[in-house]
Amino acid sequence: MSTSSSASEMLDSEFLGMRCRLIDLAASLDRIDRSDGAPPADPRMAQIRRGLEILAGDAPDRAVRVQLEFSLPYDSNLSPLAPRP
Amino acid sequence: MYFIEPHIHIASRTTDDIQAMARAGCVAVGEPAFWMGYDRSNVGGFYDYFRQLTEWEPKRTANYGIRHFAWMGLNAKEAENVPFAREVIALLPEFLDKPDVLGVGEIGLHKCTKNELATLRELIELALGRDELLLFHTPHLEHKLMGTRMILDLLRADSRVNRDRVWIDHCEEHTIRLVRDEGYWAGLTLYPTTKVTPERAVDMIEIYGPERLLVTSSADWGPSDPLAITALMAAMRRRGHEESLIRRIVYENPLTFMRQCRRFDFTPPQ
Repeated sequence: MSTSSSASEMLDSEFLGMRCRLIDLAASLDRIDRSDGAPPADPRMAQIRRGLEILAGDAPDRAVRVQLEFSLPYDSNLSPLAPRP
Repeated sequence: MYFIEPHIHIASRTTDDIQAMARAGCVAVGEPAFWMGYDRSNVGGFYDYFRQLTEWEPKRTANYGIRHFAWMGLNAKEAENVPFAREVIALLPEFLDKPDVLGVGEIGLHKCTKNELATLRELIELALGRDELLLFHTPHLEHKLMGTRMILDLLRADSRVNRDRVWIDHCEEHTIRLVRDEGYWAGLTLYPTTKVTPERAVDMIEIYGPERLLVTSSADWGPSDPLAITALMAAMRRRGHEESLIRRIVYENPLTFMRQCRRFDFTPPQ
């Protein structure tokens, strides 16, 4: 199932919202930079950077890949199917 | 257009919210038992809460012409103490016998611990033993993928599970395919910051189609919108979708799922 819009029409519809969200994100990063102390060596900042790299690429399914970037890996030892001790 | 809100926590909402929902076209709601924002100190706290969901909240919504259905369960955040959880589970059959109760939910995982899993197994056993519908809460944020996979593993191992009668809620882009590919109903939750926005929900409707799909506000005591379904409807119209598809998502799909409950007795307006 897809919409009847062309890619150009979709871009027209999405452009200002995308621009706004990008500027919001840039301002958030600036705000962290302006805060006291050095930029945090926090793994969440690395996640944000990797998320931005996904956005900058041309590969599809960006939303799924960003979600996976922010997900804990599945530990098969935790599976209900794993043998019980 | 009429709509059904299949997942909302009316106990956490004001009467003004109920009135606004009725004015917007809501004709029925589903209210799963959940974590009220604090851990209950004794089993009596749960008993009173279950009475609230089955006695008081239906009266509040009925004042505005909205039919109220409840789900009975123990949420994952209060499932860590397994002996305590067993006391709560022992209360459930009394409430599951009430006429407007749809099944066992919302149950699931939070931090995906062994104790949560032990309690979840007992809740599933209760539901399957009574042939009840099941509504699963999948965890938040970084735990969602892990918890969703654990729930799917658990259900796959039990041959008694009828997947048409199971709703796995709070799916997002990275979990919806797992749920739909295995034949369950998938729920999308419209939240302003976590979970999905109306636009992303429409993306998933376009990618995966409307079959076995429920979209809800899950509005509760946190940042959430009891009219989020109307935002979804507006987003679908903006994207050029036909009214028949919108009606299927916000009205016919919830009815189809709820009608599987043997106690469901509701004459929907046309």
